[in-house]
Amino acid sequence: MSNELNTMPWIVWVILIPLIGAMLCFMWPRRGKLLGMITTLITGFTAFMLYLQLLDHGVIRYALGGWGAPLGIDLYADGLSVLMLLMTALVGLGVSLYGVGYFKQDGENPAGFWPLWLLMWAGLNGLFLAGDVFNLYVTLELLGLSAVALVALAGSKEALSAAMRYLLVSLLGSLCYLLGVVLLYHAYGTVDIQLLGALVNSNPATYGALGLMVTAMMLKSALFPLHFWLPPAHASAPAPISALLSALVVKASFYLLLRLWFDVFPAVTTVDIGLVLGTLGAAAILWGSIQALRQTRLKLLVAYSTVAQLGYLFLPFALLSPIAWQGGVYLMLSHALAKAAMFMAAGNILKYGGHDRIADLDRVAQRLPITMTAFCLAGVSLMGLPPSGGFIAKWLLLEAALTHNQWVWAAVMIIGGLLAAGYVFKVVGYAFTKADSPHDARPVPLTMEWAALGLAAGAIILGLNAHYPLALLDIGKPFAGMSP
Amino acid sequence: MTLSVLYALAGVGLFVLALHGLIVHAHLLRKVLALNIMGSGVFLIMVALARRATEAPDPVPHAMVITGIVVAVSATALALVLLLRLKEVTGRTELDEDQTPS
Amino acid sequence: MSAWLPLLVLASSLLPGLIIFFLKEEQSRTRIFLNIAGAVVKLGLVGLMVWGVYHGQTYEARLPLLPGLELALQADALALLFVVLSSLLWLVTTVYAIGYLENSPYRSRFFGFFSLCVTATVGVALSDNLITFLLFYELLTLSTYPLIVHRGTDTARKAARVYLVYTLVGGALLLLGTVWLYTLADTLSFTPRGILSGLDAQYHGALAVIFVLLIAGFGVKAAIIPLHGWLPRAMVAPAPVSALLHAVAVVKAGAFGIVRVVHDVYGVEFASSLGLLMPLALLAAATIIYGSVRAVYQDDLKRRLAYSTISQVSYIVLGTAIAGPIAAIGGIIHLVHQGLMKITLFFCAGNLAETLGVHKISEMDGIGRRMPWTMAAFTLGAFGMIGVPPLAGFISKWYLGVGALEAGQGWVIWVLIGSSLLNAAYFLPILYAAWFKEPASAWPDEHVFSGKETAWALLLPPVITALLSLAVGLLANATFSPLQWAVFIASLEFMP
Repeated sequence: MSNELNTMPWIVWVILIPLIGAMLCFMWPRRGKLLGMITTLITGFTAFMLYLQLLDHGVIRYALGGWGAPLGIDLYADGLSVLMLLMTALVGLGVSLYGVGYFKQDGENPAGFWPLWLLMWAGLNGLFLAGDVFNLYVTLELLGLSAVALVALAGSKEALSAAMRYLLVSLLGSLCYLLGVVLLYHAYGTVDIQLLGALVNSNPATYGALGLMVTAMMLKSALFPLHFWLPPAHASAPAPISALLSALVVKASFYLLLRLWFDVFPAVTTVDIGLVLGTLGAAAILWGSIQALRQTRLKLLVAYSTVAQLGYLFLPFALLSPIAWQGGVYLMLSHALAKAAMFMAAGNILKYGGHDRIADLDRVAQRLPITMTAFCLAGVSLMGLPPSGGFIAKWLLLEAALTHNQWVWAAVMIIGGLLAAGYVFKVVGYAFTKADSPHDARPVPLTMEWAALGLAAGAIILGLNAHYPLALLDIGKPFAGMSP
Repeated sequence: MTLSVLYALAGVGLFVLALHGLIVHAHLLRKVLALNIMGSGVFLIMVALARRATEAPDPVPHAMVITGIVVAVSATALALVLLLRLKEVTGRTELDEDQTPS
Repeated sequence: MSAWLPLLVLASSLLPGLIIFFLKEEQSRTRIFLNIAGAVVKLGLVGLMVWGVYHGQTYEARLPLLPGLELALQADALALLFVVLSSLLWLVTTVYAIGYLENSPYRSRFFGFFSLCVTATVGVALSDNLITFLLFYELLTLSTYPLIVHRGTDTARKAARVYLVYTLVGGALLLLGTVWLYTLADTLSFTPRGILSGLDAQYHGALAVIFVLLIAGFGVKAAIIPLHGWLPRAMVAPAPVSALLHAVAVVKAGAFGIVRVVHDVYGVEFASSLGLLMPLALLAAATIIYGSVRAVYQDDLKRRLAYSTISQVSYIVLGTAIAGPIAAIGGIIHLVHQGLMKITLFFCAGNLAETLGVHKISEMDGIGRRMPWTMAAFTLGAFGMIGVPPLAGFISKWYLGVGALEAGQGWVIWVLIGSSLLNAAYFLPILYAAWFKEPASAWPDEHVFSGKETAWALLLPPVITALLSLAVGLLANATFSPLQWAVFIASLEFMP
């Protein structure tokens, strides 16, 4: 990469650009779509540049304003952060394209969407690059508040209630997290992640902080049994926002947990805590999948599917092999693409027929073929069937479990995959049949259909050569804190 | 028992009492207030524990508290707006327990 | 060139399929052209590949998947046998399907998935390791689902759901077995004599469990009891789908998988030493008898043929499980023979349903006079199934019997005799009724085709496949017959 490009602080731009874009969209709501798309493209470009810079340099640390830790704000980029950034950029591109088509229709308010979505993106990028735990709190709040506002955009009774519940839960989580930060600062005198990692040892304050922070992240990542707020929020939001929530927002808190687990608390985490998290993850897989099977409405089915898939992310805490983490991250990545595609497809179906009752899908396979293909491809990844990113993730997780003879976890994964097939094909089956009461169809803009298909194809392509993402993940050795 | 420890304990007490209030009360305004008090509790703990080995108080937690207050204010504003809209649309100020739309 | 040819073979059905999805219903000329062209091109490419391999050329295509794992295609003798069978039968079935589905709704969708299905089958055939096999095997499940649910009725949806439950559970077991095997053996490549003989004895228990998982996973598609439940219910699909599923794609892929596991993953000797082959042989024998017995009691023609398939495919499994070279030949060659004979029978059943509305055997009195060519083909196929020389079925059963004796498993002869008698019991009455009884006054739903008994596209395929099944039997000793090919394949596994 040429020298000038290499020395630019991409790490800062990738947070600033969406922030500026959000302001601009707020000031000129009429130009929202144009400004939004431009910001999306530029942010994606910056993320890619940061990726190239990472490949050149290795791990990047940047002191904002020139003041370093422990008092200043440090930004830190390793393989895992950049992977999350790229994932966000890909999903963001799809969602922006989808949003252009979605908010063209009457009755949908575009004025709120673009500024809030770009603010959320700034929050996400900031979170992935934060180098200290307090900064993580700030970005977490930014993310949470913009997410709540986006859920409430739909304006319906369900959306407002879901948004309120989401807000209360989110604030509760953030406060617990903040209390943890306070305890850590009191014990060690710093909030910087790297420094904390070196200093942390066993004492009551640390355990208190660990407990509070893990609980907070469980709440925000909707880990069973703290998942109750997710299905109503994700189901009643407008489709592109459901996509963002399921694909990105819940992953952010999971990322935070990973950072804490490996970089701040490695000295005090025990196998037992990991076992508890893994067990809750297994419960989430089974409970979420069974609930998904029982749903009669499409968006709720997809939302419960998110609860189930998030459970998979917590399994590596209980698995002994380091390959498990590769599997977990790969699942996060493929799920982001696949779930966003699936929500977009559900949104298309909702727009087309005016309802999303699964039993009345009325030959959608024939009438919305692009959307159904997107739904099916996304489903393939969710089920963990080859070729797809979901399959690679499942393979890695199974390999990790079977290498150490952890049968129960392997069985849970297999059953989870079969249950996922159950609820995916429930929808696909009805997509071929005729409904009892056919209704008028409203046209769906092609951008919406192709955005869904693009993301779903991405989930499949992730399954064809896993070397690149896995190599990226390795930069900076984010999982080195784990004993092999 | 030094003064700072007393303040910290008061902060913890606020946090726990408000948590109880958040869970128990059904009226949304009370829940929002409870969250605010929880926040105040955390801030109190933060400031109380800010006294480190040195004589003068540590400015870093103070900076964190200020940031926290800003965040709390925006969050409360959002919560109140949502509350008002919810009252407008549904006429109620409580969330149903089983709010999952079937 | 050596890497391209396998990929081109796959592409020759994938690309037309993808294009066909985008065609409008009315563009039938384009669709027919793409279908036939794709099939012909595929057959040509496969022929090229066979010629190349015969002259010592190797074909391989690889794509890395994960560190230590890759997707790999290759063309060894067994692969080529299956690929040639699939391509040939696909061409014939395509012609038949075009005729059968004339003026039906949603043809573009149908032929698109049809092509995907064949692509998956060819992928299964050309796989070089267990993970590639798994990938195409699951793709086969996914691409056959829309074909079963095609008509969009509630019955179709429920039958397709049953199909999925069976095949996806099978796939899950397969995945579990494969990953586990990988953690133990560190490789999944197909190698004659197997990849596991070097493993320590402490793993033998695990290997036995893995074997059960793999066989169960493949056994679902191969319709071994008790995993066969989906097959009769899948008869709700249109006849070309039944023909394809039962002769070419799904059941053969399952049986092929079992052959691969026993020969090229475990190795016959090693599997035998672990005591795994005897239970498999017993299960196969039980399936053979069970399928035949159930067939006798069916009145619906397609269901009778379905149970016959359940029975006949287990000959392949039986031949593989009897650890001897001649029995292996019998099993492998039955892949080809059963394919030819069964597809003939299904084509004929489809003709009867389409032309005359006849679905039940009780309605078939005197049908031989109305549709002589169809029934002649049916007769050839039926006699082949029973095992009348010199038809193809006789050759397979002969080799199985001789092989069983040579391997010291004499009891198999009784199974063969018993099942042949049962075959006669459920085929001969049909033939008798068709040729020698008086027809009912009117056929249930007659369509008249000027001058001929039915459309050309429906008539030619069964006649061709029936003649082929006769030819492979008569010419079994010729140098290039499928039988000699099977002999060659078995020699790779058994001779040092």
